[in-house]
Amino acid sequence: MMTLKINGHDHEIDADPDTPLLYVLRDDLKLNAAKFGCGLGQCGACTVIVDGRAVLSCVTPLVLLKDKEVTTLEGLGTVDKPAPIQRAFMEEQAAQCGYCIAGMMMRAQALLQRNPKPTDAQIREELQTNLCRCGTHMRILRAVHRAAHLMDTAELTNEKGSPR
Amino acid sequence: MNGPIHPDRRQVLASGGALIVSFALPGAFAQEQGASAAPKPPGSLAKSPYLDAWIRIDASGITAFTGKVELGQGFKTAFQQIAAEELDVPFEAVKVVTADTSRTSNEGYTAGSHSMQDSGTAILNAAAQVRALLIAEAARRFDVPAENLRTESGAVIAPDGRRLSYGDLVAGDMLHVEAQVKSNLKNPASYKVMGHPVPRVDIPAKVTGGAAYVQDMRLPGMLHARLVRPPSYGAQLTECDAASVEKLPGVVKVVRSGNFLAVVAQKEFQAIKAMRALSAAAKWKETAQLPNQHDLPHVVTSLPSRDSVIFEVGDPAETGKKTLEASYTRPYQSHGSIGPSCAVAQLSGGVMTVWTHTQGVYPDRAGIAEMLRVPPANVHLIHVEGSGCYGHNGADDAAADAALIARELPGKPVRVQWMREQEHGWEPYGPAMVTRLKASLDDSGAIASWNFEVWSNTHSMRPGGGGCMLAAQLMADPLAVPPAKPLPLPEGGGDRNAIPIYKFPNAHIVHHFIPSMPVRISAMRGLGAYHNVFSIESFMNELAELAGADPVEFRLKHLDDPRAREVVEKAAKEFGWQKGQKAPEGRGYGFAFARYKNLAAYCAIASEVEVDRETGRPRLVRAVAAVDSGQVVNPDGLANQVEGAIVQSTSWTLYEAVTFDQTRITSIDWQTYPILRFDAVPDKIDVHIINRPGLPFLGSGETGQGPAAASVANAIADATGKRLRDLPLTRKRIKDAIDA
Repeated sequence: MMTLKINGHDHEIDADPDTPLLYVLRDDLKLNAAKFGCGLGQCGACTVIVDGRAVLSCVTPLVLLKDKEVTTLEGLGTVDKPAPIQRAFMEEQAAQCGYCIAGMMMRAQALLQRNPKPTDAQIREELQTNLCRCGTHMRILRAVHRAAHLMDTAELTNEKGSPR
Repeated sequence: MNGPIHPDRRQVLASGGALIVSFALPGAFAQEQGASAAPKPPGSLAKSPYLDAWIRIDASGITAFTGKVELGQGFKTAFQQIAAEELDVPFEAVKVVTADTSRTSNEGYTAGSHSMQDSGTAILNAAAQVRALLIAEAARRFDVPAENLRTESGAVIAPDGRRLSYGDLVAGDMLHVEAQVKSNLKNPASYKVMGHPVPRVDIPAKVTGGAAYVQDMRLPGMLHARLVRPPSYGAQLTECDAASVEKLPGVVKVVRSGNFLAVVAQKEFQAIKAMRALSAAAKWKETAQLPNQHDLPHVVTSLPSRDSVIFEVGDPAETGKKTLEASYTRPYQSHGSIGPSCAVAQLSGGVMTVWTHTQGVYPDRAGIAEMLRVPPANVHLIHVEGSGCYGHNGADDAAADAALIARELPGKPVRVQWMREQEHGWEPYGPAMVTRLKASLDDSGAIASWNFEVWSNTHSMRPGGGGCMLAAQLMADPLAVPPAKPLPLPEGGGDRNAIPIYKFPNAHIVHHFIPSMPVRISAMRGLGAYHNVFSIESFMNELAELAGADPVEFRLKHLDDPRAREVVEKAAKEFGWQKGQKAPEGRGYGFAFARYKNLAAYCAIASEVEVDRETGRPRLVRAVAAVDSGQVVNPDGLANQVEGAIVQSTSWTLYEAVTFDQTRITSIDWQTYPILRFDAVPDKIDVHIINRPGLPFLGSGETGQGPAAASVANAIADATGKRLRDLPLTRKRIKDAIDA
């Protein structure tokens, strides 16, 4: 048994310590967003955020996650209350099949958390790890730029103390 | 005819004059079929004519049914738009149900850019005819002539303001009538939903972690299975100690039948660990039977072929003043879905239910039933979206795998997902191809003669036949792989788009169909059109150069079709194409055009590519596309498809080849089969849509594949002065050409 903090809540996990985080998220916690793509750390479909950094959950065993905080796409927002990155991807219609998209969004989210105003080159460099086969790249780039803008706007709104 | 038919309703439909919307447009609304001996209703209504097979209205609301599937191309949204438009209800009022063998029509495969043409047209016409029935019923109840009634927001409204909702009007089996040949369709000028960009219905779940894929299914009591595939084609399992694996934690069962091997466990990672143990325990006898990868063009042209002249005009022996010959080649290429294939199956009450991302629930059901040796009625296939497939990938195989495993565990839902190396190693690839071209120019610089030969396997080994599926090939008492068949023209397979759209006085086109398949192949987005268009459009540039002509001007000189000309002119104009214009140092401009299958969407692409002369590394800098796909339903969805086609085809064209030694496939992951990453993504892609209100839908999901390849190849030739004819156009090949 091990306690894992995922999306702000503690979870008791009954799995072997060598189990990659991906299977704990999908199988034990019934979360959908992180996807099995390669199991080899080559494609990024399984990307989640661990302590603020984008991590490939398919090659990250449970044993390495003691006292760390895991955030998945589910932890950012919902259909009714989407996070800026989710709103941005919806507004840009930045998906075709969408299988890679959750991973793309988590890597972009991690980037935007540490660098709220990335250049186009910085976004491309960051997303280099993640593969998309449908060729949705142009829209993904636009969505990340839009998310940066939305986050910026949201921050200003908060500073002014005008909750929605 | 099965259902009771009320003569008055049939008259309403047959007369076609009972609607308030009446109008005349030149050329009519061409979703209608042209006159023929025995006219049938349009699209898939011809095969599945009952209106309630497409549109139902009941207590749960309005539902549109399609036998096609959502693959990430946005059809679910487009079909919802079409039904809402012709029914005159808000977009949100319609729900769409996709392919399910117990609920929807049999529309075969979702393939060949046919969905809008077949299913979209059926829904459009069925919805229009349903609306006519509702108006007729309201006319009867109001005792008001139908032509005085109008529809709005799901109700029929009388001049005095009385209204009856569609739900109130529909009673019993009122919609269980056969479609008429002609529908009174709305005037496209009045469209409120169709032709407008509508956000896709599947995207919210996909960006918030909702259950969106078959991979996300979790049925009560569901078990997880993993496969142990043979290490190579034809390998025989000689030894396997299953007992030790069955003792591992969580393992429920090892399933072995002939060379089919799988393990089932309570949890997914337990299944993966057991799969590794089982793989280590399995001993195989392998046979070296693969062709020489480094001599592939020779292998392809040396295999026995069935040859046919598929097109001839004038005297092909005629030659003009200047002649040119060239050969172009394509390797085997992989669909490379990001999510490995997956399916869930459950044997319950004598019925095998399979949830699958197959492109064809009915043909796949036939294959699985044949494999299980049960009647098709005992197999139920339900489509659930998977990762993008781009043609026949491992989806159908995974469905068969799940069924074969679930049969051994009655009552238990079993989910099986392939591992990365299984997807890369066992999917049916896009076939290797070779083309040879020879042409001549007359004194005016026009093409005087054109000879084109293409060598190719078939481009579809999709099930229908159970022997098409790996599980059925591997199991004890296996099914034989059905003999390959060439796909008939006008759509064609290896010869898809082999007949040029250009007008030449003398032309001769030969298809060398190769029945034997040394490497497992099937349908990949665009089929033969990808390579044939790459070849034709590269060669057109070579001939333009020989003629001293501008490539765009040279194409227009040989194009009659006004829609083709408009697409070419639009792409050139929006790109800023100018005759004789030189690209900046290290860059080149390219252009290419095709009409997919010569009967679906038109697409022209202009591109700018930069080439690093030191390394040979190419990058598509920008692309401008123009596309005409007839009446547009969701412009943003169409743009998304064409953008994706350009990026994906650029990846195929610059990087991709399946590799193998004499025995094994060696491109088994993203290291050994690299595809385009963000550092190679263009700065900009613009897609310009030429809408054709009221004209038939033209499939557009594959229209960009060939033109993108040739446009990029032509830009590389422009940048380097060297012509590359063997796909993929890798940095090494470019560097070698520069240095040569």
